[in-house]
Amino acid sequence: MSIVSPGFSGRRRATTAKLPPGQYLVRDFPVLSAGPTPVVRLDRWEFRITTETGQVHRWDWAAFRALPAEDVTVDLHCVTKWSKLGTAWRGVCLDTLMSGVATAAQYALARSAGDYTTNLPLADLLDGKAWIAFQYGGADLSPEHGGPARLLVPHLYLWKSAKWIKGIELLDHDVPGFWETLGYHNYGDPWREQRYQGD
Amino acid sequence: MARAAVPGRLNWLVARLAEGRQETTTAKTLVLDVPGWPGHLPGQHVDVRLTAEDGYSTERSYSIASPPDGARLELTIQRLDDGEVSPYLTEIFSVGYPLELRGPIGGYFVWDPADTAPSLLIGGGSGVVPLMAMIRTRIAAGSAAPMRLIYSTRRPGTLLYAGELRRLAGDDGDLSIDVVYTRNAPPGWTGRAGRLDAAGLSQLAGPLDSGTRCFVCGPTGFVESVARLLIAAGVTARQIRTERFGPGGEAS
Amino acid sequence: MSDGWTDGNSLGGPLRDVLGVDLTAAVGRCANCGTTGPLAEGRLFGPAPGLVLRCPGCGHPLLRLARAPGRHWLDLRGLACIEITTPR
Repeated sequence: MSIVSPGFSGRRRATTAKLPPGQYLVRDFPVLSAGPTPVVRLDRWEFRITTETGQVHRWDWAAFRALPAEDVTVDLHCVTKWSKLGTAWRGVCLDTLMSGVATAAQYALARSAGDYTTNLPLADLLDGKAWIAFQYGGADLSPEHGGPARLLVPHLYLWKSAKWIKGIELLDHDVPGFWETLGYHNYGDPWREQRYQGD
Repeated sequence: MARAAVPGRLNWLVARLAEGRQETTTAKTLVLDVPGWPGHLPGQHVDVRLTAEDGYSTERSYSIASPPDGARLELTIQRLDDGEVSPYLTEIFSVGYPLELRGPIGGYFVWDPADTAPSLLIGGGSGVVPLMAMIRTRIAAGSAAPMRLIYSTRRPGTLLYAGELRRLAGDDGDLSIDVVYTRNAPPGWTGRAGRLDAAGLSQLAGPLDSGTRCFVCGPTGFVESVARLLIAAGVTARQIRTERFGPGGEAS
Repeated sequence: MSDGWTDGNSLGGPLRDVLGVDLTAAVGRCANCGTTGPLAEGRLFGPAPGLVLRCPGCGHPLLRLARAPGRHWLDLRGLACIEITTPR
C-alpha cells in the first residue's frame, strides 16, 4: 500500500471527457518502445499483405502513396494508461488495401521493422476501423512515432497499432504477438479494460 | 571482480527529507532520513516511487550520492525540463515530506571499499553522482587505493559538488580530480575543454594498466563514446563497468 | 542518437521483485548470437509496456519482463545460459 506524495500529480490533465476505465489524459505524445527506432528508407519501403494461401500483395512507397488516403481524427488509448484525444492522422484505410485480396482467414499478424509483432482478428482491421497512417498532426509521421508508416487501430489499445509497419499476415489461426506472449491481453479493448491476460 | 547475486526481495521504505542542498540552479541534493536503511555500497541506486492522491504512481531510479552513513542517504537530482518526477523532487518536495524508496539495488556498478586496485572514474553530467559516492566512501573508509575522477560537464554553472571537488583536488596524492568543460570553460581555465577524446583521455588518465578498474557513468551516448575510447587505449572490457542514464548524447 | 535505451543496471529492482535476486552482475549468453556479458551491459528498453533487455551484439531480446499489479511475466528465452556467482 503506497503512501501519497504530497503535491505530486504527474503529467496528467483534468478532463470532463469520457475516457476508458483507468485512463488519464496527457498533453504530450509519449514515446514507448520495445527496441531501437528502425531507420526505414523510403526507397526500400514495402508493405505486404500475405494471405493464408501464401499469396503476397505488395506496395512500394510510390504505389502506396498513389492509393486514396483519408484524414481521420481519433482518440488514442495506451495500455500504460495515458490517453490522447482528437489526434489527427492521414492514412490509407485497410479496406482499400484489402480490396484486391482474396482470403478466408480470420486472424491477422502485423509485423514491424525490427522484431515487433501484434495480432488481432482480421475483422478488427476492416470496415473503416484501421489505417496505414503516414502523417500525424499534418506532418510526415516521425520515426519515433512509427514513421514512415504505422498501423493505426484506435478502437484497441495502442500497442496493436504497430509502428514501422512492414506487413500483415492473414492466418487461419491466431498467433500471439510480442506483448501478447508476455502477459498482455490477446484482444485489448480499452472500454472493457482488457490490459492483461485474464482481464 | 566477480559480484555475488544479491539476495532478497526489497521492501519499500518511507524516507523523509531532512535537508535540501542546491548544487546548481537546476540540481539539488536531497538529504533523506531512512529508518530501516540497511546500508549500501557506492555505485548502488535506489528506486523511488511517487503516488498521487488518485493512486497514480510512477517510479524512477536514482544513484546514491553519499557514503554509508547509518539511516541517512543523499540523492542528487537533476531537474529535467520535461521531467515528471525531477521537477517535483527539486521544487515541491520539502523538508519533512515522505518519499517511498527501496534499495540498495545493484551488484554490478559498485566499488568495494576493501579493493586496493586503482580506479579510474569517468562521469558525464549527472553521471558523476555514483562516482562521487565512490570518492566519498574511499575517504570515509580511509582507503589508500588510487582513485582518479574525470568529470565532464557543460559549463561551470552545471558543475555538481563544486566546492567539495575543489577541496578534494590536491588534498591527497592518491586521489586526483579533473574537470572537463564541454561547452564553456571559466575564464583563465587551463584544464581541458571540449568533448573527451583520445588525447584528453590519455592526458588525464595517464597510463592504464591491466589492474585499473574503470567506472563510466552518464548519458548513454557519453558512456558509449568513453567506453570505446578506453577499449582503444588498451583497456579490456572486463575492466570497465558502466551505468547509462538514458538519452542525452554527450555529457548532459 | 543514443535512441532511448539505458542499460541493465536498472533491472536490479524489478528482477528482485520477481525472482528475489538481483541478476545484473550475472553473465548471460545470448541464445541468438552467443555473445556473453553481464546483464547490466545489455541494452534496456522500456519500462512500459514492459522491460526488454537486448543483446548489445545482435539486438535480440535477452530477457523481457512485464508487470501488472500482483503479476509479473518473465521471458528468458533469449538467454541460453546465465552464470551466477554465489559466495562460497
